[in-house]
Amino acid sequence: MSAPAPSVFSPTAARLAEKLGLALGQPNLDVFADTLLELARANPDILALTSDSRGSGKLAPFGQALPRQLVEVGIAEQNLVGMAAGLAACGKKPFAVSPASFLTTRALEQIKNDVCYSDVPVVLVGISAGTSYGALGSTHHSLHDLAVLRAIPNLSIVVPADNWETREAVRWAATARQPVYLRFGKAPTRHLSTGERRFEPGQATVLREGADAAFIGTGETVVHCLLAAGALAAEGRECRVISMPWVKPLDEETLLSAGRECAAVIVAEEHSVHGGLGEACASALMRAGVRVPFRIAAIPDEETVTGSQADIFRHYGLTMEGLSQAARELLEGL
Amino acid sequence: MPATLMTDRELQFKSIAYRRALLQLIFSAGAGHTGGGLSCLDILNVLYHRILRVSPETRDSPDRDRYVQSKGHSVEALYVVLADRGFFPRTDLQTVCRYQSPYVGHPTRKVPGIEMNTGALGHGLAISAGMALAAKLDGRSYRVFTLLGDGELAEGSNWEAAMAASHYRLDNLTAIIDHNTLQITGPTRDVCSNEPLDDKWRAFGWTVRETDGHDVAALTRVLGAPPDPGKPTCVIAHTIKGKGVSFMESVPRWHHGVPTAAELARAVAELDAVETRLREEAA
Repeated sequence: MSAPAPSVFSPTAARLAEKLGLALGQPNLDVFADTLLELARANPDILALTSDSRGSGKLAPFGQALPRQLVEVGIAEQNLVGMAAGLAACGKKPFAVSPASFLTTRALEQIKNDVCYSDVPVVLVGISAGTSYGALGSTHHSLHDLAVLRAIPNLSIVVPADNWETREAVRWAATARQPVYLRFGKAPTRHLSTGERRFEPGQATVLREGADAAFIGTGETVVHCLLAAGALAAEGRECRVISMPWVKPLDEETLLSAGRECAAVIVAEEHSVHGGLGEACASALMRAGVRVPFRIAAIPDEETVTGSQADIFRHYGLTMEGLSQAARELLEGL
Repeated sequence: MPATLMTDRELQFKSIAYRRALLQLIFSAGAGHTGGGLSCLDILNVLYHRILRVSPETRDSPDRDRYVQSKGHSVEALYVVLADRGFFPRTDLQTVCRYQSPYVGHPTRKVPGIEMNTGALGHGLAISAGMALAAKLDGRSYRVFTLLGDGELAEGSNWEAAMAASHYRLDNLTAIIDHNTLQITGPTRDVCSNEPLDDKWRAFGWTVRETDGHDVAALTRVLGAPPDPGKPTCVIAHTIKGKGVSFMESVPRWHHGVPTAAELARAVAELDAVETRLREEAA
C-alpha cells in the first residue's frame, strides 16, 4: 500500500472548508463503483468492463458480487472499447472502465468510430483522471482527454465534482441512450453543498451567488473555487461559483449569465489549458459577444512538474490561494 | 435459416451479376475499392444466401446473426449484396458517395442491414467479439461473422481481440480473412509479412479452416460447419484481388482504381462471356 496522498488543501484552506461546511466525503471513484454495483444488481444488462483495472476502478467488490457482469479484457484498451461497442450494439449497457490517460489516447479511434460514430450507448469511464497519479508522471496523467473528446460528435462529457454529482451522473449515464464519458479522480472529495440540488443533463449548478468574479470549475477543482470565493468574501468580494460537470454539452445559459453579470470569469480545470472547459467557455462567450476579463486556471502547455496531485495543484495555482489571487489580479486590472 | 435456397450454379450466376453491379457502382460513384470488393464478393454471396440468419424482415431481431465488415473499404460489395437481398432498393445505389447520401464510402448503420460503422482497420474483430460475448451472456444462439483483410492484420488491435475471443471461448464467432495477399502498396509479404497466418491464429487459441474463397461450394462447407466447442473459428479464404476481371486480378493499382468507361465495358464483356459459358455448361 502506498502512503496516504498529501492533502490538496493548505491548513488555511482546510480550516475554511470546515467553516463553510464542505465536509470530507469519499473519493468519487468509490462512489462510482458503489453506485454501479447497486444499479447492476437491478439491471443484469449493466456490465463493467475492465482492462486489468478492477482494483484501480474499485470494482473488485463488483466482480465478487456479480462475476457474470464483470468483463475483464486484460491490458488492452482498444479491445476494451471495441468489445464494449459490440456488447452495446447487442443490447448490453457496458461501462468501460480504465485509467483516463490510457482510455482516451490508446483507444481514441475506438471511441470515435466504434462508440460515437456507430452511436451505441457505451459509458466510457476515465478513472484516476487529471493528475490523480501525481508523481507517476505524464504517461499517467490525462490532461488531454477533454480536448480530444470534445472534438468528437455524439458524446456527452461529464466530470462530477463531488459524491452527490457522481452518484447522479452514474445513474443518469446508466439510462443514457447515447455515448457518455465520465471522468473521476481518486482523491477524497468534499461535499459541495448541503442544500437541495437538481442534476439535470447539460446543466450547471450555481453553488454560490455573487457578481465580483465568477469561478467556473469542473470535477475536483470546484471545491477550490468555493474556497477561493470564501477567502475573497473575507475581503468584501462576493464571487459566484459554478459547478459545471457537463463539459459537453455546455450550459451556455449559466455561463453567459456569469459573463454578463460578473466582473470577471475564471475557469478552473484539472486539464491542459488547451481544448478543455476553459476554451469551451471562452469560445461560447466570444460567440455571444460577451466581453469580460477572463482567465483559464489549468495546467500550462509544458511537461507537468513532478509531484503529488497536491504539489501539482499548488504549483499551477489550482488552489484556494492560487484562484483567489487570479481573481484579485483580474479584478484589480480593470 | 437463410431466406433463400439456391444451387451452387445459381450462386455462381449471382457472383457474376454482383461483379458487374460492383464495377458499375464504382464507375458511377467515381470512387471505390475495386480489387478488394471483387476478392470478397463470393464470400459475401455465400454468407448472405446460405449462412447468415438475417433478412430485411428480421434485421432488428435480437436473435439475428450478425455480420461486421471489418475491411470496411469493400463496402461497395456489401451494398450490392444487401440491395439484392432486399435490405434497400437497388436504385439507392445510384446515390453512393453522393452529397448527403446515407451510402457513405464505408459501412454505416444508417444503411439497413449494416450492423456497425467500420472503415478504420483493426476494429471489426473486437466489436464482433463483444457481440458474440453478448450472445453468450444472454443465452442467445446467434452467430457473429466478421470479414478482415489480410493487410489489416498488421493492426495490433486484432490480436488483442483474438486473445479475448479465445479467453471467453467465443465459439459463436467466426473471423473470415480475405487472404488476397495484396495491399495498397503491394504484396503483404513485402509490406510486413503476416505469415504463417494459420499458425498465428492457432497459437491464439482459434480453430483454423482454409478454403478457396471463390468456390461457393467450398465456402458453404467451411462457413456452415459447426465450430469446435469453446473455440472461435478463423476461416482463411484464399482469394484473388480483382477476381473475375483478367486485367484487374492481382494488380495493386486496382486496390482503389476506378475503371474508365472503356475498362468497364471490357470488364463487363469478360463477365458476360463467363456467364455465357456457364449457361452453356448448365444446358
